[in-house]
Amino acid sequence: MRKVAEDKRYKTPFLKTARKHWMLLVMLAPALLYVIVFSYIPMTGIVLAFKNYQYAGGIYGSPWSGLDNFKALLVAGKLGQVTRNTLLYNIAFLFLGVVFEMGSAILLNELLSKKFKKIAQSFMFLPYFISWVVAGAIMYNIFNFEKGVFNHVLNLLGAESFDLYNTPAAWPIVLIFLKLWKQTGYGSVVYLAAITGLDQEMFEAASIDGANAWQKIKYITIPSLMPTMMILVLLGIGNIFRGDFGLFYQTVKTSALLQPVTDVIDTYVFRLLINNSDVGVSAAAGLYQSVLCFITITICNRLVKKADPDYALY
Amino acid sequence: MSEKKINHRRKMSRDVLAVNVLGYILIGLFALVCVLPFYLIIVASFTSEASLIRNGYPVIPTDFSVQSYLLCLKNPVSIMKAYLTTIGVTAGGTLLSVFIATMTGYVLSRKDFPWRNKVSFFFFFTTLFNGGLVPWYMLCVRYLNMKNSYLGILLPLMFSVWNMIIAKSFMAGIPSAISESAKIDGANDFVIFARLILPLSKPLLATLSLFSALAYWNDWYNCMLFITNENMFNLQYYLQRMLGSAEAMRIVAEKSGIALPSIPLESMKMAMTIIATGPIVLLYPFVQRYFVKGLTIGAVKG
Repeated sequence: MRKVAEDKRYKTPFLKTARKHWMLLVMLAPALLYVIVFSYIPMTGIVLAFKNYQYAGGIYGSPWSGLDNFKALLVAGKLGQVTRNTLLYNIAFLFLGVVFEMGSAILLNELLSKKFKKIAQSFMFLPYFISWVVAGAIMYNIFNFEKGVFNHVLNLLGAESFDLYNTPAAWPIVLIFLKLWKQTGYGSVVYLAAITGLDQEMFEAASIDGANAWQKIKYITIPSLMPTMMILVLLGIGNIFRGDFGLFYQTVKTSALLQPVTDVIDTYVFRLLINNSDVGVSAAAGLYQSVLCFITITICNRLVKKADPDYALY
Repeated sequence: MSEKKINHRRKMSRDVLAVNVLGYILIGLFALVCVLPFYLIIVASFTSEASLIRNGYPVIPTDFSVQSYLLCLKNPVSIMKAYLTTIGVTAGGTLLSVFIATMTGYVLSRKDFPWRNKVSFFFFFTTLFNGGLVPWYMLCVRYLNMKNSYLGILLPLMFSVWNMIIAKSFMAGIPSAISESAKIDGANDFVIFARLILPLSKPLLATLSLFSALAYWNDWYNCMLFITNENMFNLQYYLQRMLGSAEAMRIVAEKSGIALPSIPLESMKMAMTIIATGPIVLLYPFVQRYFVKGLTIGAVKG
């Protein structure tokens, strides 16, 4: 009796809401269907990590294999290396990204010549507009051993040619530079927009009080950019175990020599799946990555929420 | 008074000057580094193959030649096909993805829709956790038959939760009285969205279109995953394959001592790179204004 009453109490508003807003629900349908099919159903596919995948059985019909895939992953001995690479590259991207983007936004804002500012900004934005395929081609054009411009210039200066594609130690610097090259223009616009939105009276008041340009940057501009920075950094930390596949794949290609310093989780998972057709092990590596990401973002968000709820992501 | 003002300005100008000198040098250098590689590629694409082989990629234009472009155009079937594929998928995909993102964003921006927070989180959760590449890929290939289907390069980029959040926060800024009064007049929600809200969202539409178009135009990843039929390659993947196979051919030729057929491989690679990049970069100056505006929209927390 009580149960029926309870059911009624919950059911009626649900149906009532659904009926009242049926058109809104219809409008939501395509996107809901999309995330169910392409995000939620694949989540159930993580069972593959615990299965011995066979073509005939598919995702759900293949026999269970316990933790065999994870054991194979550990035996392969690459997991530590790719995790370390992913983490270190992303920390560098994040830290230097903030420095470059915020720095260029502040400097762009201070420039007196609007024309120069506009042209410089257009130039800086250009790399954002190209694909990683094109970026890889450009990089090859510059650093290729026999014909590259870089060695051309080195030789003109009387220095020895430098074979980047056979020098693993140089790759972290090159990849970090390439990433900054591609994203700084885009990233700086976000900060620049935040600066433009600041109350100009603050700067005027500071000038009247005798603050110089450096002091205004240090005590007004940079602190005002902190909320923007916090959100971007938080998003970055959430993806700290997710490698930029295009960057690593299109520049390094399949060079085995460079793998120890350039292999990230994403390229590893991709190689296991496409080159080795090792579905189970690849799924295990992917699950490992997803869980790492999820734990990081959850902890991070909780800490931020505790410190200042306004900065939290959700 | 006036003397004080002049004095004040002079004192100001020294540090402003210092900031500007630093700004001009650093920004100028960085902007140069950003644009120089494009210049080098363009120069290389217009240099004769013989000169490229003999002297390497040039810094200053020498031995001007349009041979590589002529060859790209002379054997245009596969390039044209890849171009048409990219244009078709970009146009169709952008239209669909902007439509879905704005429509979803509108519903979730409606304050009278009681489930909006729950549904929003249902979407947002997919950015926090996912099944990884393998289950997604297996689903697409085995159960949705996306291998060697144009769906393989259309669907993966069709819905982005981030674009939906941008749409939602933009539309939350449109006075809700517009929707409410139209509702009282008897208009249904879709008509309100299509007739009243969309026309008020032009900066949003421009931004999302640009994001989507860029994602589709520059996509090679989904093509690499799903397409093996050469006739269905999109432009970026075609370029990737060409760069790769040209490289492979060169290595084989060198190793075996067989002279390469007189294909200007190097300059053709560069010409292809320019051809593949071209349109989207040419579009850029016209949309830059909207883009900057749109990024500001995106910077607002959803």
